[in-house]
Amino acid sequence: MKTLASKKKDETPLGLNLSPDLLDLLAKFQEIELEDFELEVKDLELWLESGGAIPRLAMPQAKLAPALKTGKPTSLLSTQFTPPIETYPGKVMEVKLGATRGEGGTRGRSVIIGGETSPAFYSFERPMVHPPVVTLDVFDMEVPLSKAVKMHVKEVVGDPAAWAKLAVEKFGADMVTVHLISIDPLLKDATPKDACKTVEKVLQAVDVPLVIGGCGDPVKDADVFAEITETFAGERFLISSITRDMDVERCAKFVKKNGHVALSFTPMDLNLARELNRRLYDFMGKEDIVMDLTTAALGYGLDYAFTNMERAKLAGLMGDLELAHPMSSGTTNAWAAREAWLKMSAEWEPRELRGPLWEVTTALTLLLAGVDLFMMMHPAAVKTLKDVSAKLVSGKKAEACNFVDWVSVKP
Amino acid sequence: MSEQKGKAGVRELSPIDVYKLLPKTNCKECGVENCMAFATKLVNREVRLDQCAPLLKKENEKAYLQLKDMLKPPVKEVTVGVGDKAVKLGGKLVMYRHEFTYTNPTAIAIDVTDEMSEAEMLERVKKTENFSYEYIGYTLKLDMIAVRSTSNDPEKFKTAVKKVVENTKLPLVLCSLNANVLEAGLMAAPNAKPLLYAATMENWKDIAELALMYHCPIVVSAPNDLSMLVSLSKTLLAYGVEDLVLDPGTFPGDGLADTMNNFTMLRRAACKGGEELVGFPILGVPMAAWLDKGEAADEIVKWREAYLAGMLITRFADVLIMHGNDGWSLLPNTVLRQNIYTDPRKPVAVEPGLKVFGTPDENSPVFFTTNFALTYYTVASDLESSKMNAYLIVVDTEGSAVDSGVAGRKLTAEKVAEALKAAGIESKVRHRKIVIPGKASRISGEIEELSGWKVQVGPRDSSEIPKYIIDKWQP
Repeated sequence: MKTLASKKKDETPLGLNLSPDLLDLLAKFQEIELEDFELEVKDLELWLESGGAIPRLAMPQAKLAPALKTGKPTSLLSTQFTPPIETYPGKVMEVKLGATRGEGGTRGRSVIIGGETSPAFYSFERPMVHPPVVTLDVFDMEVPLSKAVKMHVKEVVGDPAAWAKLAVEKFGADMVTVHLISIDPLLKDATPKDACKTVEKVLQAVDVPLVIGGCGDPVKDADVFAEITETFAGERFLISSITRDMDVERCAKFVKKNGHVALSFTPMDLNLARELNRRLYDFMGKEDIVMDLTTAALGYGLDYAFTNMERAKLAGLMGDLELAHPMSSGTTNAWAAREAWLKMSAEWEPRELRGPLWEVTTALTLLLAGVDLFMMMHPAAVKTLKDVSAKLVSGKKAEACNFVDWVSVKP
Repeated sequence: MSEQKGKAGVRELSPIDVYKLLPKTNCKECGVENCMAFATKLVNREVRLDQCAPLLKKENEKAYLQLKDMLKPPVKEVTVGVGDKAVKLGGKLVMYRHEFTYTNPTAIAIDVTDEMSEAEMLERVKKTENFSYEYIGYTLKLDMIAVRSTSNDPEKFKTAVKKVVENTKLPLVLCSLNANVLEAGLMAAPNAKPLLYAATMENWKDIAELALMYHCPIVVSAPNDLSMLVSLSKTLLAYGVEDLVLDPGTFPGDGLADTMNNFTMLRRAACKGGEELVGFPILGVPMAAWLDKGEAADEIVKWREAYLAGMLITRFADVLIMHGNDGWSLLPNTVLRQNIYTDPRKPVAVEPGLKVFGTPDENSPVFFTTNFALTYYTVASDLESSKMNAYLIVVDTEGSAVDSGVAGRKLTAEKVAEALKAAGIESKVRHRKIVIPGKASRISGEIEELSGWKVQVGPRDSSEIPKYIIDKWQP
């Protein structure tokens, strides 16, 4: 076999090897003037482009073959890449969560989400306006937790205030979600007043903005949200969530009146999302609405969730006002996938790593679809999401020179 | 860039334009009713152009070539390897998966090096080849072996490649920036059509010669320099190398934003801008995470590598090279890949009705589940793998899962009672007991009332069904 080394020997620079026949042809058919054989790179480009057209000239095949062989460029054909930048007629609403003392609440700081004018992290186009925000789950009673999660929170289960403190101080949560599971009529059926006491304790324990989560019963949730929004007027809680089967008018009115924000929740259908948002507009401003389009776990419908959210973000940017709201994701749903928590055969273990990676993968996929607020569970997943978004918004440049060393790296 | 534009994206391509170029004989040789229907299927990528026999005749050559060009995807399809295990990279028709189905799932290559002991190398090859996970009716697999030269010694590399090809049919990526080393590797696998990594601004000419001599595709690498990347692409195309893969660099640290931007810009320029110089598959290298390992534990680096792989699968990577080969890190990524590459037109629901597992008799258990595809396949695969004899009634919940179906009243006692009746299960079993999903326990009383069947609340996850049946089932 002919080796590269031997092949190199019989190669000569292009300029000296051009066949006179070819030059004649070029001069005749392509109207290209070649003054002499000293080709510069620029000329070479020109030559090659006409070279591509040669087969269309009915020239004898026998002459074509050697011509193409000698046509190999000897130096780089420089060209420029033009970044494909687009502009969009729409912009995602900016929504403020939490209120400081000066703003009518008691929080140490508030956060703003949304405001995008480009798809998620197309920073070659426009920088991200606000980094994504993470709110950690805190439950007001014992709930079934996977082993991987439980090992990090077992000291604080049943004590929402202590749990919230841990989430903020140790796990770096930007916000805390208080899940009022105990109000469920099928569980403890705790009263709205009981729920207010829980919220009060968490407010005292941490100074970050809060999300208030219900139990999923449309009637009970509305009653509890009514009491909480009024008791804590001005705190700008995110009320999670307002759904189609609730008394939307009543809920929108008490959320608006007391200066909070509504999380508009719909089950993976953009038309239903638009419809619920329209109903909310009758009673509240667009700047008071965040939407949750439903998060399905990796492996259990993440594809639908991803595409739904990506479409919603693009639609908002294209001027669909009814979808131009910041998006929240119940990323904790990743744990609904059995592969996140199940003890599997040895080759897939340890689940203490597999589980949080399941949550991270769900979160990062949706980060790239355009989610602004992540409701999360596992501390390692939270840390990773925050690290990644910090890198994505930092604007720091790649150190390109080291990259190819991966070929010879010895792990 | 002044390259030719205007290659039609899927959206712009109309069946009428395709029809005009077809023979219009309605000969049905392709198995489709008429040429118009064939044209529609072509646009939807449900048939191949070559299935139209009359089109392959000499007199139709012009139309054939025109159609071929019209249907050419904006991202070229590049084949690596030979035989059954050959892998197709790229071939993407669209940028976003909601526009059309993504073709050719991101191929995942696991590395070995020419300085590993033979035992370690073969163990890694075997593990890659044996990776397998059953997921809702699909088998998740890994695709390729990347052989890296850490020695930079042609003889060592040749020996390593030889060992690998003797032990696997998986396609290879041969990795070295030294053309002599790559050539030595190619000599050990002259007909394997491996992917060569990589042509750079320094060595492109030698690598191009290798590509032409051995008929292999090559990776073009220009870390974080897209102008250099397109210059190399232009040069190599002019050189006569047709099958390229683009490597804009993968930067796990500060350059993560650049990484995402580069992948996105390349794919947008190809799919939306019709730029031919970037119309090639893109390579991501999650194993670059091992470059700045520092003092970090192996698990931490594997974790970084794994989430980076996930981000690249989501953001347009057509092929990935990874070092970490643990099940816990590869499982989420192979599942993610399956999710992202699912046909978005595929319905969320399966056909409701009675499904039979094994050979049930009059004492076998009766279960129900919803017709949400993912719920159904999960339950079905658990019943199948347990080799149980059972009846499963699939209730029409309009594609809702159990918990959301109960909450959203798509899964009601009425529907369960109706489904029981419609399935004719009364004539198949002697008992009158139904095991319901644990997540539907809320409606257990109503089901008993409306159906007259005794309800047993089963486990919340179907993986526990086999154990549940052993412990709790009495016909």
